[in-house]
Amino acid sequence: MSTSIHLGPGQVAASLALVALAAAVSFWRKADLERDIGIATVRSFVQLTAIGYAIKLIFEADTLWLVFGLLAVMVVFGALTARSRAKKVPGAFGPLLIALATAGATTLGLVVALGVFEPTARYLVPVGGMVIGNAMTASAVALNRLGDEMADSRAKIEATLALGATGREAAAPFVRRALRSGMITLVDSTKTTGLIFFPGTMVGMLLAGASPTDAVRLQLILLYALLGSVAIAGLVATSLAYRNFFTPAQQLRELESGSG
Amino acid sequence: MLFELSKVSLTRGDRRVLDSVSAAIPPGATAIVGPSGAGKSTLLRLLNRLADPDTGTIAYRGQPLEQYEPLALRREVSLVPQLPALLEGTVESNLRYAAGLAGKELDSEGCLRLAGLDSGFAERDVAKLSVGEQQRVMLGRALAQEPAVLLLDEPTSALDHAARDAIEATLAELRRELEISIVLVSHDPEQARRLGDWVVRLEDGRTVEAGPIEEVLA
Repeated sequence: MSTSIHLGPGQVAASLALVALAAAVSFWRKADLERDIGIATVRSFVQLTAIGYAIKLIFEADTLWLVFGLLAVMVVFGALTARSRAKKVPGAFGPLLIALATAGATTLGLVVALGVFEPTARYLVPVGGMVIGNAMTASAVALNRLGDEMADSRAKIEATLALGATGREAAAPFVRRALRSGMITLVDSTKTTGLIFFPGTMVGMLLAGASPTDAVRLQLILLYALLGSVAIAGLVATSLAYRNFFTPAQQLRELESGSG
Repeated sequence: MLFELSKVSLTRGDRRVLDSVSAAIPPGATAIVGPSGAGKSTLLRLLNRLADPDTGTIAYRGQPLEQYEPLALRREVSLVPQLPALLEGTVESNLRYAAGLAGKELDSEGCLRLAGLDSGFAERDVAKLSVGEQQRVMLGRALAQEPAVLLLDEPTSALDHAARDAIEATLAELRRELEISIVLVSHDPEQARRLGDWVVRLEDGRTVEAGPIEEVLA
């Protein structure tokens, strides 16, 4: 069995036929997504090509500083992207940055400490990318939900503050729901993995010629690592972000769009 | 004096909600009256520091409000908002939560009786109560903290006449049974007359009158 796969530019170009199909469906059914499909195609090509070259350089240099540099850039861009989904949370960038950095550092630190992966660029870059990417999605969903809950429940939160509860106590039910919604997608997809869909890593390994046993084992390791990372990211993001809704005197801040 | 407000102003967005309000609120029952949008509810929220004024000072029992620890102040000066906003769960779990925050032993039956509810309500799910019943649970929940002052924001505005009369009777009973002061926001001068012995009248964020009820609302 071959252990590597070689794809030329022609094969990538051929797969654009499916993009054309997607654009045609959108045009035919007036979904108004043709422009977005175009942007997504160009961006994916440019971004993946650039990151491909960056990874190649990092693999060749094989120094951990470059790996940490790349992961730090991912954390910053991840936090910026997630912030755009958490518009109702004041000052969301700081909590998101800390959440993604903590999730990445803890998860990678643990898998290396437990001897699952070697601390080399070949493992840390792709695994770090997946960990930070999933942490970003989970914390964006969690803070999006937190913003909605806090906006919809102002009366209830203020009524609880009026009893002398702290902001933390008054926000607790909403923080809990936000954390849950951030984690639930990955928990559900982990439940159905292998039954309803094949996860990307496993598909990639099988296509690249790895044995199904190896593909399954690596996929399981990644799924379990991702569960840990989304839990950490959701926990840190919600635990820090809810504070921005309250003043030091435990008052609910007036928000620009709030009913006040 | 229970509360003394001096030149209190508050702006929200581009609206001046309170404009240099000065007023004294004695112990007993005070009604804050005025038309809708006069700043009554905002004023009430300042009294237990759910919000702070932009300028001006408020004193409680002779001391500036900022000198009180906000959480302790809110347990002593308890605000019941205009619309019921209970925590999910039973009536008793809501009462217990409030009593726990104030470090008080819960007398569930006593709180419910003071709020005009019988003890059978304790195990009821708050989501299945009428608005009037929920409003009574809000009152009972505040009483579970054994506050010295109750701040009531339009306590009967969401209720029909029968429920309104019942809540008013409950409040009158409360004053007879407990040494508690009440500051009540109402848009209804008749209600102020029935429940208050002092009145502060606001219009467009300004105090227009303040004094004994029989003089101001004569």
